[in-house]
Amino acid sequence: MKKVNLTIDGQHVSVPEGTTILDAARKLHLDIPTLCYLKLEKVNYLNSVASCRICVVEVEGRNNLPPACATPVMEGMQVTTNSRRVLTSRRKNLELIISNHPFDCLVCSKSTDCELQSLVWEFGINTQRYKGERSTHPIDKSSGALKRDPSKCIMCRRCETMCNDVQTVGALTAFGRGFRTVVAPAEMMPIAQSNCTYCGQCVSVCPTAALTGVGYIHETWTALFNPKKHVVVQVAPAVRVAIGEEFGMPVGQIVTGKLVAGLRRLGFSAVFDTTFGADLTIVEEGKEIMERLEKNENLPILTSCCPGWINFLNCHFPKLRYMVSTCKSPQQMTGAMVKTYYAKKMGIDPRDIVVVSVMPCIAKKYESALPSEQTYGIRDVDLVLTTRELAKMFKEGSVDLRHMPEEEFDSPLGQSTGAGVIFGSTGGVLEAALRTVYEKATGKELTDVNFTSIRGLQASREASIDLNGRTVRVVAVSGLGNTRKILEKIESGEEKYDVIEIMACPGGCVNGGGQPYAAERDDVIEQRIRGLYHIDRNQTLRVSHHNPAIQAVYQEFLGEAGSEIAHEILHVEHLMED
Amino acid sequence: MPEIKTTTELLEAYEQFKGLLNTRLGIAVSDESQMILVCGGTGCHASQSNKIVNEFNRLIKEHGLEDRIQASISGCFGFCEKGPIVKIFPEGVFYVQVKPGDVPELFEEQILKGQKVTRLLYEDPTLKQKKANSEDINFYRLQQRVALRNCGLINPEKVEEYIATGGFQSLAKVLSMTPAEVIEEMKKSGLRGRGGAGFPTGRKWEFARNHVNDEKFVICNADEGDPGAFMDRSIMEGDSHSVIEGMAIAAYAIGASRGYVYIRAEYPLAVSRLEIAIEQARACGMLGRNILQSGFNFDIDIRLGAGAFVCGEETALIHSIEGRRGEPGNKPPFPAQSGLWGVPTIVNNVETLANIPIIYQKGADWFNSLGTKTSKGTKVFALAGKVNNVGLVEVPMGTTLREIIYDIGGGIKNNARFKSAQTGGPSGGCIPEQYLDTPIDYESLSSIGSMMGSGGMIVMSDQDCMVNIARFYMEFIVEESCGRCAPCRVGNKRMLEILTDITEGRGCEEDLFELRSLATTIADTSLCGLGQTAPNPVLSTMKYFMDEYEAHVHDSRCPAGVCQKLLKYEIAAEKCIGCTSCARGCPVGCISGQVKQLHTIDQTKCIKCGVCMTRCKFSAVVRN
Repeated sequence: MKKVNLTIDGQHVSVPEGTTILDAARKLHLDIPTLCYLKLEKVNYLNSVASCRICVVEVEGRNNLPPACATPVMEGMQVTTNSRRVLTSRRKNLELIISNHPFDCLVCSKSTDCELQSLVWEFGINTQRYKGERSTHPIDKSSGALKRDPSKCIMCRRCETMCNDVQTVGALTAFGRGFRTVVAPAEMMPIAQSNCTYCGQCVSVCPTAALTGVGYIHETWTALFNPKKHVVVQVAPAVRVAIGEEFGMPVGQIVTGKLVAGLRRLGFSAVFDTTFGADLTIVEEGKEIMERLEKNENLPILTSCCPGWINFLNCHFPKLRYMVSTCKSPQQMTGAMVKTYYAKKMGIDPRDIVVVSVMPCIAKKYESALPSEQTYGIRDVDLVLTTRELAKMFKEGSVDLRHMPEEEFDSPLGQSTGAGVIFGSTGGVLEAALRTVYEKATGKELTDVNFTSIRGLQASREASIDLNGRTVRVVAVSGLGNTRKILEKIESGEEKYDVIEIMACPGGCVNGGGQPYAAERDDVIEQRIRGLYHIDRNQTLRVSHHNPAIQAVYQEFLGEAGSEIAHEILHVEHLMED
Repeated sequence: MPEIKTTTELLEAYEQFKGLLNTRLGIAVSDESQMILVCGGTGCHASQSNKIVNEFNRLIKEHGLEDRIQASISGCFGFCEKGPIVKIFPEGVFYVQVKPGDVPELFEEQILKGQKVTRLLYEDPTLKQKKANSEDINFYRLQQRVALRNCGLINPEKVEEYIATGGFQSLAKVLSMTPAEVIEEMKKSGLRGRGGAGFPTGRKWEFARNHVNDEKFVICNADEGDPGAFMDRSIMEGDSHSVIEGMAIAAYAIGASRGYVYIRAEYPLAVSRLEIAIEQARACGMLGRNILQSGFNFDIDIRLGAGAFVCGEETALIHSIEGRRGEPGNKPPFPAQSGLWGVPTIVNNVETLANIPIIYQKGADWFNSLGTKTSKGTKVFALAGKVNNVGLVEVPMGTTLREIIYDIGGGIKNNARFKSAQTGGPSGGCIPEQYLDTPIDYESLSSIGSMMGSGGMIVMSDQDCMVNIARFYMEFIVEESCGRCAPCRVGNKRMLEILTDITEGRGCEEDLFELRSLATTIADTSLCGLGQTAPNPVLSTMKYFMDEYEAHVHDSRCPAGVCQKLLKYEIAAEKCIGCTSCARGCPVGCISGQVKQLHTIDQTKCIKCGVCMTRCKFSAVVRN
């Protein structure tokens, strides 16, 4: 590629044509401050709307100050990144942005995680220079999952880029004109009336608290302090490789044992593992896969673990709904088993049990509240906390995760296999399903359970497996934009698959909207995934149906996979609420 | 009208139709033909000009004179102050402020008897003389109609009349040239974009030409949005065919086969005339496939805008056509590289396009001979505000402000004193009296803190408060900012708040400093032209009328007596005779006093409406 030569702050640099001034400067280790700009290469995300005008620089021969993030370099360009004019303008623009932002940092849920706050601190701004009208908008918690506080929106448009370009959901757009402009669902309708999937990727990229999850910390404490309630907790696989970050531990560090110990300290009566539900899902879904393959109907089968994806299916591809597995998600299966099997075993009225789940996800909050996600009229899961919320509860409840001992999950819903753990990564559900389906269909034991070709961060990874002479074509895809591409090919008949795993978040649950905020997210996703496969590799049991707890559940309670009672408790028609 | 397939057929059509204009052009005709043109522009239309035409037609029919006399609407004559205008040929008698009720008299006297109806003629305000011909009226004497050449001459709904002016012959000529020759000719003419920034049209075409692509687009920017501006609307209402021909020529030059006219939905008359013109151009083969057997294909669609000012910015306009939010994008890439749907696109303004056919008709050298060294041709201005002759004027570049305002505009209303002329709309600035003799062109206007803009010109007198004017423009910008970038979205709002504080007596010295400082950042760092030029009205008024700002801030006084919160109405004891007139007129009842005794105003209740002052016959009410 053609190289372009330029100087930045007097230093010469040569970069490929099309490079932005910002990237060229970074090559020289010149850290031009940014606010709205965000690039996540691994998930194909680029927000360069250049709306904040914080990264402006001076270019010789140009009258105005162009934004470094959106201005391509030109041969012979002379750029200055720190002249008086540049610094004054940046500061002024930041002062203008905060002048239309509520000064409630002390009681803001994003405090210390807020990129606006950090930038103000870095700039050393310590007075409110402009006092004038602030645009105020009502808070929208209509979905029970995603919380919109548009008064905190700084119009960086990151959420919009994520929602429209990467996820292709199109639930968010700039609305209105002038000073009152704000990012909102169409016509400023409540988000619950939009086609939002609650994937929460907008939350991950929002620099302020304009988009967060609806919090359930208070409700969880209230349940824990209620002596009449038996409060149990389940933890999703992706949480154990992420929550350490909130306590300053290395990214991707596995903290399963400490997490269990911490949850006990908070007062949960039992600490269960969602990976148990994952193993159960595999046994049920494995049965479904085999049946459909045998009859050669309703193929491809689409996984149903991810509620963000299910919402996307309902809104954007309703005609393909018949393809989706009827299995509840691992969260809901675990909850359902707590309120039936466990309740019976313990002799507790399920109405006195509160199931709290800790999820890397925003959509799980929505899923748990769906009327269809109940068993015998009782909600399977009562409260859903994100990884971030649990970290806050730990801190409030005197739990320093770093110094917790290693403890084991409670039985019977705490035992799991490596197959259940890798559910937290894209490709994990499919790999887990293949391990079980292969063994059950062929009657042979796998010598190597690793299906490495479907791992990784590429948009989609596929494989062909020989099952008793039938070639089964499978694919794992993450990110809803990538999902759209595959589903369009299926709708048009261009591609034929037998099994498709779909995760709404690029990279899978490790990159969910409820995970700790991360600046260098590209690396973080990979590290967390590495952690999950590390757990899997070191597990003795790595195939779901080998899980003795699962075997016991079928023996004592469910009978066999796909039985009538299993259908009553563990399966559902996945329809989004209108 | 049958399809015209070749240049020869076009010339035949011209020969066939050119007689249609003879009466109007004063070309001697043997018979006793008469032609009545009634302005059909929006302003006159609103004053019932269509009824005037209908009334004439009724009388013509009643008298059985259809063969000899015709009445028709025409495009805008420009003298909107005196509308509706009726012009009667062959004498070319120019009647002003005609009402439908005046038609029988006009018909009887002027048409049948050849007697002028003096009371409906224009009266020169200084000489107090009636003027029968427009050439004798000062408003028209210094004007030179190039872009508006057909407005007020032809019926815009009849393509035959356009062909009679030599219409489409430029297209025919261009189609026999190579695109490179067409661009060269345009560059030679020196035409610069009339939408505001003044970018050389030929160079714009060349950029788009050089970006090779199978598909390219020509867009006509008809999203005229400056307050008080109506140049483009008038051209489209009066001569849509010129715009169409200009677009076709541009398309041939850059290699496009598709064009869009982006026009605001608030211009229904212009939209309907444009629709008619496109339909007619298609029918006669000037739009469509293989135009004049040259192998060149071109057609035009209309896209209606919802009235956002920012959609006049070319990238915002393109987004709007694409069905996206009308907000500007980063440049580069420029539209000529990657415009509508990612395809090389040129966006030319209506007035620019209307100039194009005549440039090829009369030659680049002719056009280049008009105007100044850097700004060629003419410019249309919508003259408005405190000037006697409000209307649409077209003058050669280089004409001075004084000539426009005093000679053409007839000076300041009510003999008030001139204070300032605002050009360039919300992006422009206010020009003070000392620059009245500046010859108008792109560079000279920029050098005195204003800009050419699209051609709005608002004249202000000593009864206008310049701080309040600056506040008005800022209010407009805050309303019309797309909200994308922070300096424009928030910065302009903060400037508006400071200006409001100043006009309401809460201003302080630091505010003046802050205004300048904010203005610099907004101009330096805003994303698009709207933001970058938004502080101009404030900066120029601060530069030339700082005394007014200081009076507001230091003395809580509005020298022009406009800013209500700073006004105080008081009754002078020595003049008040106690007639009670003021008290009876006060809408809030805040004036008290017995008959024949001194009256007083309760300042806490006064709403500063000024009614008392107008009612007092003894000049006892004073405004401070």
